[in-house]
Amino acid sequence: MPRRLSQLMRKFQSIHVRYRTPRIGMTPAVRTWLLLLRMYLLLLVALMLYKFVSLVVA
Amino acid sequence: MNVFAKLYYRLRKAAKAMQLYLVIAGPGIVVMVADNDAGGITTYAATGAKYGYSLIWFLLLLIPVAYYVQEMTVRLGAVTKRGHAEAIFAGFGAFWGWFSLIDLMIVDWLTLVTEFIGMTSALEIFGIPGWLTYGAVVLLLGTIVLNGRYWTWEKIALLFCALNLVYIPGAFMVHPSLDQIVREGLLPNLPGGFNGQLFFFLMANIGTTIAPWMLFFQQSAVVDKGLLEKDIPWGKFDTWLGSVLTVVVAVFIVVVTGTVLRGVDIDSAAQASSQLQETHRWVGTFMAIGLFDAGLLGAICISLASSWAFGEIFGWAHSLNTNIKEAPWFYACYFFTLVSAGAVVLIPGAPLVLITLFVQVVAVTLLPAALVFLLLLLNDRENMGEYANTPLQNAIGGTIVVLIVVLSTLYGLSVLFPGLFG
Repeated sequence: MPRRLSQLMRKFQSIHVRYRTPRIGMTPAVRTWLLLLRMYLLLLVALMLYKFVSLVVA
Repeated sequence: MNVFAKLYYRLRKAAKAMQLYLVIAGPGIVVMVADNDAGGITTYAATGAKYGYSLIWFLLLLIPVAYYVQEMTVRLGAVTKRGHAEAIFAGFGAFWGWFSLIDLMIVDWLTLVTEFIGMTSALEIFGIPGWLTYGAVVLLLGTIVLNGRYWTWEKIALLFCALNLVYIPGAFMVHPSLDQIVREGLLPNLPGGFNGQLFFFLMANIGTTIAPWMLFFQQSAVVDKGLLEKDIPWGKFDTWLGSVLTVVVAVFIVVVTGTVLRGVDIDSAAQASSQLQETHRWVGTFMAIGLFDAGLLGAICISLASSWAFGEIFGWAHSLNTNIKEAPWFYACYFFTLVSAGAVVLIPGAPLVLITLFVQVVAVTLLPAALVFLLLLLNDRENMGEYANTPLQNAIGGTIVVLIVVLSTLYGLSVLFPGLFG
């Protein structure tokens, strides 16, 4: 099991190394905007989960 | 050249074009028709029952929306020869790549749950227990993917696509009024005005027509099929045909429930089938068969979308042209997704109908993030060359993103403040 885990960790590391340098350059403003959009969408999904749970409980 | 010679020449040219199309056809039609999955059928049935024909205009608007989004994946796949997940990792780095992959994994798995909900509830109408449907479906899908050929898989998928047309004769059998459909359905209107429920239905309808898994699926299918840049025009035509077909089927479902079940609160397509059977036996039966077929087709595609994406990133062999020994992780991922998602429907008392509707809405809420990456990738002129987006294509893509974000926000506001929109 520990060997499997370390293999998995090495795999993740190799993926990070392979894709370390993005091919498409993004300005800090675009990167910030994307992060904000992503967070906002996750907030909306959280709201939907809230609605879902409240409907199930009711 | 006489008239007959000219006619013969034109017929031969058309026949050759058709032959070429039949070779290229597949990813576009399969992905678009598969999008009329079990959740989609439930959403359309509920939309027709709730609003009659009033939202048909909105469904028709979704034809170009679906086309413009999906045709971008054709160009991206044919030019870069990379699946969507790999394109995001390579284009934007691992941080954004993981975000997209985790989004895909969650939405795919949830959508797959809804496919099993649809299939089991459809066959329960014919007295087949849920556990039997679950087992048979896993076995059937396993057999289909393990045959070791993309081509065979695609032709079987196309056969299930054809079965999706079963709703069309059903709509004629309930004798709807064409005049009423035109009057109520083709003029843009918002039945009942702005309110949370309408936002929910509009979003669910968008969510059934375009979804994040479709971007990943079609691009990977284009790559697995080996489409080249010269095939892009046919790939686009395939996508256009698929977009029209998917919305036509959706409209016919709305016509069926809008005619027979108008004003009835419909929670699921299975409930709609049962109620239809009381007055129109064959229409109800068609609805149930169509629901099962839709779930099966959705399950075939969605489970593959995740496996392809993980295969691309983890560097596993990830093609349907490989067998289980050559691509063990690809198939392990496929079966794990399938078996675990299907098992949810066997949980006693699970709120299956609510899950189905909410999954559509969650999928569409996460869609803008995927679309923004798609637009950025299509604007990478160095990589895409002459196939990069034109300003018009960017404007259309940008408008779709903004509209979805606005609609999601309105729905979010209606959840937080239920009395806000009346």
